[in-house]
Amino acid sequence: MNYVFNFDWLFQYWPVLLHGIGITIELTLVGAVLGIALGIGCAWARALGPAWLKPIVATYVEMIRNTPFLIQLFFIFFGLPSLGVKLNELTAANLAMIVNLGAYGCEIIRAGIMATPRGQFEAGASLGMTRVQTFWYVVLIPALQKIWPALSSQVVIVMLGSAAVSQIAAEDLTFAANFIQSRTFRAFETYFVSTLIYLALAVLLRQMLRGVGWALFPKRAAR
Amino acid sequence: MTEFTTWDILRNLLLAARWTVILSLVSFIGGGIVGLIVLFARIGKSRTLNVLSRIYIELLQGTPLLMQLFLAFFGLGLFGIDVPSWLAAGMALILWTAAFLAEIWRGCVEAIARGQWEASSSLGMGYLQQMRYVILPQALKIAVPPTVGFSVQVVKGTALTSIIGFVELTKAGTIVTNATFEPFTVYGFVALIYFVLCFPLSKSSQYLERKLNVAHRNH
Repeated sequence: MNYVFNFDWLFQYWPVLLHGIGITIELTLVGAVLGIALGIGCAWARALGPAWLKPIVATYVEMIRNTPFLIQLFFIFFGLPSLGVKLNELTAANLAMIVNLGAYGCEIIRAGIMATPRGQFEAGASLGMTRVQTFWYVVLIPALQKIWPALSSQVVIVMLGSAAVSQIAAEDLTFAANFIQSRTFRAFETYFVSTLIYLALAVLLRQMLRGVGWALFPKRAAR
Repeated sequence: MTEFTTWDILRNLLLAARWTVILSLVSFIGGGIVGLIVLFARIGKSRTLNVLSRIYIELLQGTPLLMQLFLAFFGLGLFGIDVPSWLAAGMALILWTAAFLAEIWRGCVEAIARGQWEASSSLGMGYLQQMRYVILPQALKIAVPPTVGFSVQVVKGTALTSIIGFVELTKAGTIVTNATFEPFTVYGFVALIYFVLCFPLSKSSQYLERKLNVAHRNH
């Protein structure tokens, strides 16, 4: 192997990488918040919702969980315009991530909701709580606490999966890496550096989600 | 200009889907073999191997599969080999699958009660005998549902190999779209084919989990 590694391009191209990191973080944050919200809604619908809604949500969940993220992305970005829905690449990327996390989040959160004993609902009702209050305070919060580690892993998986959005020209970290390697021809070094950045982002995100978990569920975490 | 019927589109996609199936099988079987090696390194008695396998798993689970594909593709090229995309795709997917399977199986081995280890060692069994006759047969049983479940991730993971130029279902979808200008239909079909491949695996994983859980249900 006579290859000489060269990382000099970093001095010139670090702003490009930084911009890419910014977009990846933005996509992840928006995807995580709205995706979890969608997941909560779907989990409610599948576990406690009206009968007509259940098969619709179940179909959505199974469709998403059994197809690759890349195809969902292509379908939203290239396919939907023929129905008259034109999205720019960032919106399409965001939407794909929300829809994707929503489906996985639904199943994870539903598992937490199902683990709530029936008596809890009755206890909530006997305290004079409305159904919405019971769902929010008695069912959802403890359910989220139970499944928070699993949900956190899923958010990290979605963040790592977001590398695929470069394929619809959303300017994330992978897009930046592709751009830099096409300019410098230092393909291995470029991807090596961006892989390390992804690793750092994954570690940071995991820590951040653990912190969010502590902040959201302060009392029970102390046991 | 050539006209494409819906059947033409579907036929071409199905032809390409064979490569998705082959790549999935290769990755899953190869990943299973490498994963077993990583598993033994992870749960074995050697400290060095423990740490190395932990780093391996952490690296492959903490970075995007797409990046691993790029690194395999361009990394092999550094040795002066002209890398065909199937080789880079197969290698990256095998290593990626191995990391996940090793971690799934580790959970299964550690779920075996401590007393089983003690009982078998009190019978005078060595480490390998304990593994072969006591631990692995029990771990295998609980490992089946999550392993089948993970195979869905492998099938979906192969979609990313289209980006380094391996012509499988997703790449074929892009090529057919460029020829027909019907992305909605084409990607709809592509999604449907993936669904047909993955859904039975998901369902059988759920079924196996329910079936194997019978013994633990009434506790």
